[in-house]
Amino acid sequence: MSSPEFVYVTYIETTPDALWRALTDSAFSRQYWFGTEFRTDWKVGSPFALVMDGTTTDVGEVLEFDPPRRLSYTFQHVMDDELRNAGPTTVVFKLEQHAKFVKLTLVHEGFVGAEAVKLLDGISKGWPAILSSLKSLLETGTALAIPTSALGIEGL
Amino acid sequence: MDIAAFRPETVYTIYIAATPEKVWQALTSAEFSRQYFSSFAVEAELRPGGAFILRAPDGSEHVSGEVIVCEPPHRLTVTWDVNWPGLVEALGRTLVTYEIEQAGDAVRLTMTESHERPLSEDILSGGRLGWPAILSSLKSLLETGKPLEVKMAPPMRMLTALKAMGVQLP
Repeated sequence: MSSPEFVYVTYIETTPDALWRALTDSAFSRQYWFGTEFRTDWKVGSPFALVMDGTTTDVGEVLEFDPPRRLSYTFQHVMDDELRNAGPTTVVFKLEQHAKFVKLTLVHEGFVGAEAVKLLDGISKGWPAILSSLKSLLETGTALAIPTSALGIEGL
Repeated sequence: MDIAAFRPETVYTIYIAATPEKVWQALTSAEFSRQYFSSFAVEAELRPGGAFILRAPDGSEHVSGEVIVCEPPHRLTVTWDVNWPGLVEALGRTLVTYEIEQAGDAVRLTMTESHERPLSEDILSGGRLGWPAILSSLKSLLETGKPLEVKMAPPMRMLTALKAMGVQLP
């Protein structure tokens, strides 16, 4: 049996280029991703980090960078000691243009072991909020104001 | 009906800049649903035991369900059995639950599709494909005043699986 994964699909009235920019430019991610910035040059094989208000929360490596269609990076949580042991997981974004909107598919996979299952619970609660906020930002110009404490994640 | 015996198979969560009351209204009124749900009309008698109808654009009842739990504006559970001959006999019954919670200045809407019997990925693919499109469109409608015009058709793998189980397709 394959390891558990998290899949999320949303449809956004925007262009693939604008969505790609929002997924890779910290000027956007700061607004929809709880203040998170990307630290990477986005070259395949380069290091990748997520930095929230000056603190590195996750580190990894850029796996795919194919604008504006497919983006992938590995992702290892480094703040919480228990979750740090979960090992790296993989995030893939797929962008597909439809008539007036873009279908965005996120697949977050590679959750192996007990710590990883706890991490899966956390990311399963985080991604819907992040991607809902991204959709609002691109469609209305304003991201959602959701405090991380409202996500229902244990320990946050 | 023992709703605890149903197993959640598909869960979709989306956050919306709106009030719980507005999200509830969008989920339970034909005026809104026709805009975000491929022109289907939700006709709900909002009390336990009340009728829950999903009316297709041609006027037929696509779903003739029943309200099981009704706690406006936070929780609605309805039976969601599509009216295709032999479908309930083949699949067992389906429940859909909407939970609406305040989350900061936004609202968290969680849709859970639960089933009485274990079902294949092929059968479940219909809901897994449909709900993100329907609820993304609902969010756009409430936040921008305009729904998304996502064209949806039942996935072929689901139709093939239903046919193999003896369900008569329209």
